[in-house]
Amino acid sequence: MAPAQAHGTPAVPESGITPVAVRSGIAVEINGERFVHTGDPQMPLLWYLRDVLWLTGTKYGGEHGENGADLVLVDGKPVSAIGQPMNRLADKRITTVEGLAANDGTLHPLQQAFIDEDAIGCGYCTPGWLIAGVALLKRKPHPDDSDIDQLPNSCRCGVQTRVRAAIKRAAAGKAGPA
Amino acid sequence: MSANTSNGIRLSRRRFLQVLAGAAGALVVGVRFAEAGEPPLPPEWLGNDFHDLGAYVRIDSEGNVLIGARDPDTGTGVATALPMILADELDADWNRVSVVHLGLGVEAGNDGHPLWTYGRQRGGTGDSIPAAWADLRLAGALARWLITQAAARRLGIAADRLRCEAGTVIAPDGRRVTYGSLVDDASKLDLPTHAPAPKPPQRYTLIGKPVGDVDAHAIVTGQAKYAIDHHEAEALVAVLSHCPWPDGSLASIDTAPALAVKGVVKVLQLKPEADQPPGHTVIAPAVAVLAESTWAALQGRDRLKLEWKPGPSAAENSAALEQQATALLDSQSAPTTRVRDDGDVEKASKYAAIRVEATYYQPWLAHACAEPMNCLVRIDKDKASLVVPTQSPQQACAVVQRLTGIAPESIAIRVPRVGGGYGRRLDHDYVAEAVLLAKAANKPVRLLWTRGEDFTHDYYRPASVHKINAVIDHKRNLAGWNQRIASASALAGRGVPADRLWSSEVSADQLPAGLVPNFRSDWYAQQSALPRGPHRAMPHLANAFAAESFIDEIAHQLREDPMKTRLRLLGEPRSITLQGGGTLDTGRLRNVLQLVADRIDWKDWLHSVNGLGIACWHMDGAYVAHAIETSLQNDKLGIERVVCAVDVGRVINPLGLEGQVAGATLDALSTALNLAITTRDGKVQQHDWKAYPLASMAQLPNSVETIIVPDDGRPPAGASFLAMPTAAPALANSVFRVSAVRVRRLPLMREFLRLS
Repeated sequence: MAPAQAHGTPAVPESGITPVAVRSGIAVEINGERFVHTGDPQMPLLWYLRDVLWLTGTKYGGEHGENGADLVLVDGKPVSAIGQPMNRLADKRITTVEGLAANDGTLHPLQQAFIDEDAIGCGYCTPGWLIAGVALLKRKPHPDDSDIDQLPNSCRCGVQTRVRAAIKRAAAGKAGPA
Repeated sequence: MSANTSNGIRLSRRRFLQVLAGAAGALVVGVRFAEAGEPPLPPEWLGNDFHDLGAYVRIDSEGNVLIGARDPDTGTGVATALPMILADELDADWNRVSVVHLGLGVEAGNDGHPLWTYGRQRGGTGDSIPAAWADLRLAGALARWLITQAAARRLGIAADRLRCEAGTVIAPDGRRVTYGSLVDDASKLDLPTHAPAPKPPQRYTLIGKPVGDVDAHAIVTGQAKYAIDHHEAEALVAVLSHCPWPDGSLASIDTAPALAVKGVVKVLQLKPEADQPPGHTVIAPAVAVLAESTWAALQGRDRLKLEWKPGPSAAENSAALEQQATALLDSQSAPTTRVRDDGDVEKASKYAAIRVEATYYQPWLAHACAEPMNCLVRIDKDKASLVVPTQSPQQACAVVQRLTGIAPESIAIRVPRVGGGYGRRLDHDYVAEAVLLAKAANKPVRLLWTRGEDFTHDYYRPASVHKINAVIDHKRNLAGWNQRIASASALAGRGVPADRLWSSEVSADQLPAGLVPNFRSDWYAQQSALPRGPHRAMPHLANAFAAESFIDEIAHQLREDPMKTRLRLLGEPRSITLQGGGTLDTGRLRNVLQLVADRIDWKDWLHSVNGLGIACWHMDGAYVAHAIETSLQNDKLGIERVVCAVDVGRVINPLGLEGQVAGATLDALSTALNLAITTRDGKVQQHDWKAYPLASMAQLPNSVETIIVPDDGRPPAGASFLAMPTAAPALANSVFRVSAVRVRRLPLMREFLRLS
């Protein structure tokens, strides 16, 4: 039974539900939405995205993120999500592969260029290539081959030549269905 | 129930062409595999569950076409190419086609054995398209036949005067009827007594046209779900620590620190079953930490206090194995298997004008799949459901059945797009682990191998040493070829008879077999405790590097253009019968060789500042050649141009094929340049991508110029790894031209730096 209502307080129907105190946590903005992480502050962003939010576009590649499959943009810069504990990300703006397209579904020019060049092998590390490529195009809208050479990603399917073509296609503004 | 509930056309003893009326009034046609005499599938079986569509097409009343791709797509493009074959035969509008990655099709057979509804289901083995080519066309042709018949009745015009185009039936008078409006009628028609004939090739509209990957949009938007991306209510995440020695054991364990981590639920031990072949059981003793989240499981594993006790394999190291192989080949002892012996190599040797000898060393290789081993499994009392990144869902099912006793038809296996396979996922040790853990924990389990486990617990491509002796006669012809190969067979322990263990290490028909009058191929078995298994383009990858490098060495001895040496060796266009079945068409091989030579301006071969190298190969009825140009500036090796020509018979999707050719070329270059697995004291030394460095963007060429031989007269051959074998020898041959350094040991970069 609920305790008797204090005098002057509106009566609350009995529900048996005890309100939980608002928990404090780490506020982050992911793909334009606000989230508050209330778990272990040491948890890497990768597992927060994949396990908690079920945003699984960002992939696990390795303990140190060396193959680039787990790249995300933090305040516009490409970083490995597994190397970013949540407590370093308070109030940061994070973009994952799911957030590259516009809200109406219009693809980022590089996403469209990947489709046009069929720059896809097994596709597992494609999100990482996209994040690295989007960051490069933002930094340098017309990258040359030596800029593209600096991408940190690796891939056994051998998409490198097609990714190079896709980045150049996007840079030239040619992206779009043929 | 529709009129054709049990409507089927028998194609062979086990194959039926069948029509099913879907619950929503759709037309569903497919090839069904069944035992003779067994009644075809009831329509209830289909329902609205699209995941149960086989090598089938489903056309609904809106005109949407759904096609099931039965083989796992590990990045080979089969989920695009297989549906294209059916869609073309159907004259479907490709823009209205959706593709479903099929899970395992399994039903109860009449003798307790599982019955595979869709026939074979296997991916990444280079044979998906050849295996499905005939059946998919028949299924599409029957669907089109039924729709045309229905249209004929509606329009009052004979069916043979109607034509189909992009999902519409068109009458001579211009009247048009869409497929969607006809499916209800079509699904009620009686079937013809014989399967309608597929289209003549000149009427193909989709086959041979470039088509982008069907999953591309889902992939670039991050929506494509791989097995690793799947969740299950209440599932525990399992992360493992395996014993560094496959034959080792656990000496001591303290689980308390791991269990103290918030979220960690259990710590469990796993052991390989001694009576099971590799790939059917746990790969090495392991301790698993099961937790409510991946992060908790990882922290728990890091806090485990484990001591592993080495087994006999701790005495092994890869450098010593290589010395042993070299000694074996120098010893003149009898080979384990004489794989081929044409003519008389000893006699030919007596009449030698020139003798050439060289020894090539190739390392152990890992699979290095982008998506690490993982598996989601839920086991209920008498049924199981799994999401598995596998190249062989049937093998995965067998492992689940053995470990749970659950009947195959109650084991549901979903196979989403797979993040790379290369042969690793023909083995199912990780499925065994997930099943055992789910049973022990009595909860669904989401198993995740971390990258370190993936690198150190693989079924590796064995290292090999190839020693070749050639005899050149007084007419400057290659008169004798004696090759001896030492390796630890990838098939050892896998139930293969001892006299067939060579077959993963060498092909009886590999070049230049059949072209040299006196040809011998010997294989020497080595023992190793390191787990071994199928690997991309095995055994061609290792053999082509040795043989095609060696032909260049012969040309050098003859002071001859290596292109000319090859053309003389191949001789006039002719067909040579292969021992393993099929033929070698020397004309097709000459053609791909000539194509890459012309494209790279081979005539400048001798005078080019850069180095030009060339190589050719044949496998499984397909032909490939590479020409590569390398530069050397300030001791820095650069790959300037790569040209590859392939002849695979009919091409289904040229865009997909180009991707496979470029992809396999880059994979082979990356492997040849950088990659090796080594062992010390029985332990694999490479734990991460830094130690097993796939080539960077900067190391690789900016483009792969691909030439596809138009060849519509032949059925399609497999192509997913066709471009692997010739890349490394063409590279090594070009490096020799530019630097005078002959690289006989891979990985090439390390050896080049050592020698130059």
